[in-house]
Amino acid sequence: MTTTWSSQPVLRVQGLEVTYYTDLGRAKALDDVTFSLGAGEKMGMVGESGSGKSTLALAMMRMIKPPGRIEGGTVHIGDTELMGLTEEGMRKARLSKIAYIPQGAMNSLNPVTRIGAQLVDAVKSHVSGDSNSAIKDRCLAALRSVDLDERVFNLYAHELSGGMKQRVCIAIGILLQPQVIIADEPTSALDVVTQRQVMETIDRVKDEINAAVILIGHDMGLMAQFVDKVAVMYAGRLVEVATVRDMFTNPRHPYAQALIESLPNLDNKGVFQGIPGLAPSLLRLPSGCAFHPRCTHAQDICKQVRPEVNHISDGRLVTCHLFDKEAVHVQSA
Amino acid sequence: MSSLLELRGVSKTYSRGLINAQSNVALRDISLTLNEDEPTILTVAGESGSGKTTLAMLLLGFIPPTEGQIIYRGQDITKLRGADKLAYRREVQAVFQDPFAVFNPFYTVDHLLTVPIKRFKLAQTKAQARDKMDEALTAVGLRPEDVLGRFPHQLSGGQRQRINVARALLLKPRLLVADEPVSMVDASLRANILETLRNLQRDHGVSIIYITHDLTTAYHIAKSIIVLYRGGVMEAGNVDDVIKSPQHPYTRLLVDSIPWPNLDQRWGETKIIAREQGVGADGCPFQSRCPQAMARCSTRPPLFQIKPEQAAACYLHSENPEIASKRLTELLPV
Repeated sequence: MTTTWSSQPVLRVQGLEVTYYTDLGRAKALDDVTFSLGAGEKMGMVGESGSGKSTLALAMMRMIKPPGRIEGGTVHIGDTELMGLTEEGMRKARLSKIAYIPQGAMNSLNPVTRIGAQLVDAVKSHVSGDSNSAIKDRCLAALRSVDLDERVFNLYAHELSGGMKQRVCIAIGILLQPQVIIADEPTSALDVVTQRQVMETIDRVKDEINAAVILIGHDMGLMAQFVDKVAVMYAGRLVEVATVRDMFTNPRHPYAQALIESLPNLDNKGVFQGIPGLAPSLLRLPSGCAFHPRCTHAQDICKQVRPEVNHISDGRLVTCHLFDKEAVHVQSA
Repeated sequence: MSSLLELRGVSKTYSRGLINAQSNVALRDISLTLNEDEPTILTVAGESGSGKTTLAMLLLGFIPPTEGQIIYRGQDITKLRGADKLAYRREVQAVFQDPFAVFNPFYTVDHLLTVPIKRFKLAQTKAQARDKMDEALTAVGLRPEDVLGRFPHQLSGGQRQRINVARALLLKPRLLVADEPVSMVDASLRANILETLRNLQRDHGVSIIYITHDLTTAYHIAKSIIVLYRGGVMEAGNVDDVIKSPQHPYTRLLVDSIPWPNLDQRWGETKIIAREQGVGADGCPFQSRCPQAMARCSTRPPLFQIKPEQAAACYLHSENPEIASKRLTELLPV
């Protein structure tokens, strides 16, 4: 396999579990999520709404709010273990070690303060002792690196277009040169041209600071253009992790296969193939494998036994009974 | 062949300020005819600010055109009154972008369906009304017992959007204006909703104006396409020709930026030139971003007909015959 798999990972997530305690019962939103990512690598996280993509991002930031709770697992960034940090330590780690660009980030800019003030604020709350002019230089450099004019520093959010606002949010994300950037659907409200511009910006700043990027979304087209690795989530579990080429040419998990088959392209005009059935409610997960009611390969074992993560050849992970025999024992990261 | 809805040289200008009034042309000289007996799916594509939504608002009669007329069954829609207006309101229906915002959270979803039944007196008895609702929900692939009596928050985005389509269907419209109907739903549900829309056109004879910035879905659902940029028609024609061989530099940029889910079809290398604010009314609206801009682009290019079913408003194609903007409909197959 490529060297990226074996390089020392900058991000290691191990056995992460999140449960929401609702009035209707417990909903396990993340179930034993384990993966790692090397510096400069880009991973796509795909799945239907409610599959736990955004919960994963929030859990890694330790921003799960009650009634949700992180029940277990560790998140290592380099040598730092985030779950063990104090609240203050975690607050410092956010943005400086791990940055999160939330869904609809561009609507999170404060409408009554200038863009510059919001950038300066972010720096001041994490770094102490820098002079004002040094901080300003750092902010201007961040704006330049996302292709924005320095003039933007003195503008208000309403004076910017959607794509520019989204790039301001990316600039805030990279201010402190984090090692991991999580972007949650950064372009879902933008048109294709602006989308391409924003994604190219993320790609370039990632190279500048050699960060690992996790791109959350459901647009497989965007994933094909952007990421190196794809992780497919279903009902809170990672069902398949593979390189983008393996995922698109030879998906193994039945859900990943259905996902790839449902993609539109230029050759199958007028064919609309969705995935039959609905995503399960996390409150009432089917027994065994959560995908078995929608799966065309379901066997008896799938209804009873919960599948484990199988490491198969090429470093791929597939959580499916079909691959129990192919599994090779690998020291997990 | 009778025309259902006809746009005659429609323009819309938004202006603001009393002194030194600034005006902003949102839509410029659009002529279009939709025929009653030839149901079609027409895509209107373009980026934000291209005038797509203004066109939808005009078609639905929410705003009056600044210039030109919109003719519904021979009558100007701004002059419709009484029974004619009610008929127009019933026959031209809309599906909006956000399936989360159109529901009132205090009512069950039945409310969305019973109101039009009452308003348009579609049923005499409760049983009849219930049958109509069941029929419409079944037509969009929902089981009535699954959704009726539920509150909006108990349903998924895809289910809600299909209820919106069912509501429109209930009224047996002749024209459906769908403004970004799938941009807020998951990729796997997207296919279901698009299929529902296509079946409406095929089985129920409803014409659909599909407004989107997503050329992938446009390509899959529509027969013809109009590409707008800053209110002007940049390219129009048969969807296969326009998307597989775009002729206008703007359409090329759009098609080049589609993230195809195909590893061998990469994003193009063309450099994106940022949009500038406030380009004057003269000339090609795309000239400031166009890599092939020429001196003559400072006068507005007419549409040049490149193929029987494709035309582009660009001087790069000036060797082809001009086609008057009034004849736009001739380029659009049904």
